[in-house]
Amino acid sequence: MALSGVEIFKHLPKTNCKKCGFPTCLAFAMKLAAKGVSIDACPDISEEAKKLLGEASAPPIRLITIGAGDKAVKVGEEVVLFRHDKKFFNPCGFAVAIKDTESSDEIKKKIEAVKTSEIDRVGQKLRVEMIAVTDAANDPAKFASVVKNVVDSAPGVPLILHSMNPSVIEAGLALCADKRPLIYAATNENAEAMAKLAKDKKCPLAIYANGLDALTSLSEKVKGLGVEDIVLDSGARKAKDMLEHFTMIRRSAVKKSFKPFGYPVIAFANRDDSMMEALIAGIGVMKYASIIVLSSIEKWKMLSLLTLRQNIYTDPQVPMQVEQKIYKVGEATDKSPVIVTTNFSLTYFIVRGEIENSKVPCWLAILDVEGLSVLTAWAAGKFSPAKIAAFVKESGIEKTVSHKEVIIPGYVAVLSGSLEEKLGEGWKVVVGPREANALPAFLKSRGA
Amino acid sequence: MAFTIPKENYNGKVYEVELGVGDRAIKIGGESTLPFLSFEGEMPNRPSIAIEIQDLPPNDWPDTVKKVYEKVSSNPVAWAKFCQDELKADAVALRLISTHPDQKDTKPEDAAKLVSEVLNVISIPVIILGSEHIEKDIAVLKTVAETAKGKNCIIGKAQEENHKTIAAVAMANEHKLIAMSQLDVNLAKQLNILLTQMGFVKERILTDPMSSALGYGLEYTYSVMERIRLAALQQNDGAMQPPLVCDIGKNVWKTKETIAAEAELPEWGSLEERGIIWEAMTAAGMIMAGANLLVMRHPKAIELTKKLIEELR
Ligand code: B12
Ligand code: SF4
Repeated sequence: MALSGVEIFKHLPKTNCKKCGFPTCLAFAMKLAAKGVSIDACPDISEEAKKLLGEASAPPIRLITIGAGDKAVKVGEEVVLFRHDKKFFNPCGFAVAIKDTESSDEIKKKIEAVKTSEIDRVGQKLRVEMIAVTDAANDPAKFASVVKNVVDSAPGVPLILHSMNPSVIEAGLALCADKRPLIYAATNENAEAMAKLAKDKKCPLAIYANGLDALTSLSEKVKGLGVEDIVLDSGARKAKDMLEHFTMIRRSAVKKSFKPFGYPVIAFANRDDSMMEALIAGIGVMKYASIIVLSSIEKWKMLSLLTLRQNIYTDPQVPMQVEQKIYKVGEATDKSPVIVTTNFSLTYFIVRGEIENSKVPCWLAILDVEGLSVLTAWAAGKFSPAKIAAFVKESGIEKTVSHKEVIIPGYVAVLSGSLEEKLGEGWKVVVGPREANALPAFLKSRGA
Repeated sequence: MAFTIPKENYNGKVYEVELGVGDRAIKIGGESTLPFLSFEGEMPNRPSIAIEIQDLPPNDWPDTVKKVYEKVSSNPVAWAKFCQDELKADAVALRLISTHPDQKDTKPEDAAKLVSEVLNVISIPVIILGSEHIEKDIAVLKTVAETAKGKNCIIGKAQEENHKTIAAVAMANEHKLIAMSQLDVNLAKQLNILLTQMGFVKERILTDPMSSALGYGLEYTYSVMERIRLAALQQNDGAMQPPLVCDIGKNVWKTKETIAAEAELPEWGSLEERGIIWEAMTAAGMIMAGANLLVMRHPKAIELTKKLIEELR
């Protein structure tokens, strides 16, 4: 359970020595309760108090790292049930399952699909992060050969090793233990052997049990065997069970500090119908899955899932935004058009993308409206003629281009007269199309 | 440590609202829990889906969805019947888009004539939507509400600027009313309060929080809806308890993801599947956030959403 500032204060030295950077111990305690500072900032705290407070201030869901290096996936450390309460911190990771019985051709295709899965959306690079090698043959040598194949052809991509047979896992681990794969899974039957592998090789361990009662005791058992990095699977496969189990797990961890469930959750979304699989995975994205294993990763499917994940995991308090400035798109010259819009990331990247499509070099003048879209900013009075004019004047664009013309979004056509006035003598305001996808035709037709 | 189910105690509940008449009438709402959490409350009615049709051929819809209705979409009456008979729709949402001054500026009487023809050929509930032009909707919705009297339709959308007149005609003609505000919990609540203050029966309101598509503001709608739902359940706030309607088709089918050819953007994959999943995934987001009624366009996306709803029950 999270401690209050006053409760934390009781365990501090109470000398008000200020070494932590706060005026008093109480101030430090308050900040600590709000999780805004590390306990290590106080050099004088006793070891005993530190341990106690460290545990109390630890996030209710443990952070787990799968993989090593710059492609490693971090999941967990969530603190709320609803994104509007704060935000969701660590986007769930997607994995595609490769069965060791699949033909080498199929395997090659899937690996290729993972490697080329990256898309650029609103300035973020999104992709399928992991590969789950799945034991279907119950043959350690066969499993190991597929693991080797994946390690060799998709270097750096974090792995999930999926088998209930410890000797199969051991054979796989022999090839990739240093890459910190997730071992899936320990069950009540194999827990000792799996826990030993996880501990020896310092890898995270997923645990599988049928239902939440069984999962509770297995979680405690595995922890008792010395495993710290645990991932939970309650056996939920139907959408309803996923939603209910994951909700109960997240609530138990966050609201009740129920330690056996203070770990990330793994979901399996496989369905024969790939569209249905996408929707099931979508439920996982929205409702608390930290790792989602898919059976296929078609591009249309991942575009929708990666976009959903991006939406759900954005910070609800701060819209994604870009810096206010004049961006040069393409080889813009003194004759190139000047296009004005807002600094909402979505708006900026859509408009920029369409300018690039048009192949007409432009200057893109981005006004800081605190990350609002064109119409929202206009309705909020932040994309006003006065503000646009002031920005255009101060930006120095007048020295860069030899003309005095700006293009504004079609949705704010009403601004044009007043903006022309505010810009002053010689300036001309051109109203562009409403939707950005009409920009290429518009720019080309102006014969720039 | 033993696991105990962490239940929330809610004291509020979403209103149950009946739409349409006769044996094809449907009920929505009525839940006393967050969506599909059967372990702590009831969800007596599944979310329903209305298929969107309009009084103009859908020339500006992308091919993926336009082609499905190719044979019927030039005739709204045939289109409505197709949705009921072939697609087994729960309900139809007729958007009177041609009444917009920038479209054909169709007269209210002509719109009403069409509405009565549609009501004559189908027996499933009908949602009658204006063109979202504040002034024109006042005249159009008044006339069509009178024409549709006795059919227990949903009329919409009333917005802050025109809610008085539209609510008055919905009330006089015994229809349900969609009240739409702009993605804000307090605005939604305020509009519902204004409506009840003028005497509109609160159990006849449906709240439209303003939808947005996957990738284009979905997260705003999602969180506003979750907050509305929590206020309804936890605080027993009557102004937050109407069922939630999400009009997603028109937002989804204008996004680039549902339009751009695969040849142009190979990294986005097949256009057909991409468009359908875009609408279905948006729908999935809305039902997880608490939607009770969805307005959608593509039959395949609707079928997928229904399958998902079945799996969640
Ligand atoms: C999400 C949203 C919000 C979010 C904010 C999201 C954000 N970061 O901006 C929230 C919930 C905070 C919000 C608040 C408000 N909103 Co709002 N919101 C929307 C919504 C649903 C989507 C906006 C969006 O993200 N669009 C996507 C971006 C990419 O669009 P865009 O910036 O316009 O860019 C497009 C084009 O303009 C074009 N383009 C852009 N730049 C350029 C440049 C050139 C040269 C060209 C040619 C084209 C071009 O390209 C893009 C793609 O085509 C719209 C309704 C809708 N579905 O559009 C309402 C909407 C914009 N909001 C509206 C309103 C009124 C408000 C509020 C004032 C409501 C209120 N009373 O509180 C507040 C104001 C906010 C504030 N801080 O005070 C109204 C504006 C009405 C009007 N016509 O003026 C809208 C249109 C809803 C409506 N129909 O009434 N809103
Ligand atoms: S450093 Fe420690 S003892 Fe000193 S003021 Fe801060 S909390 Fe108190």
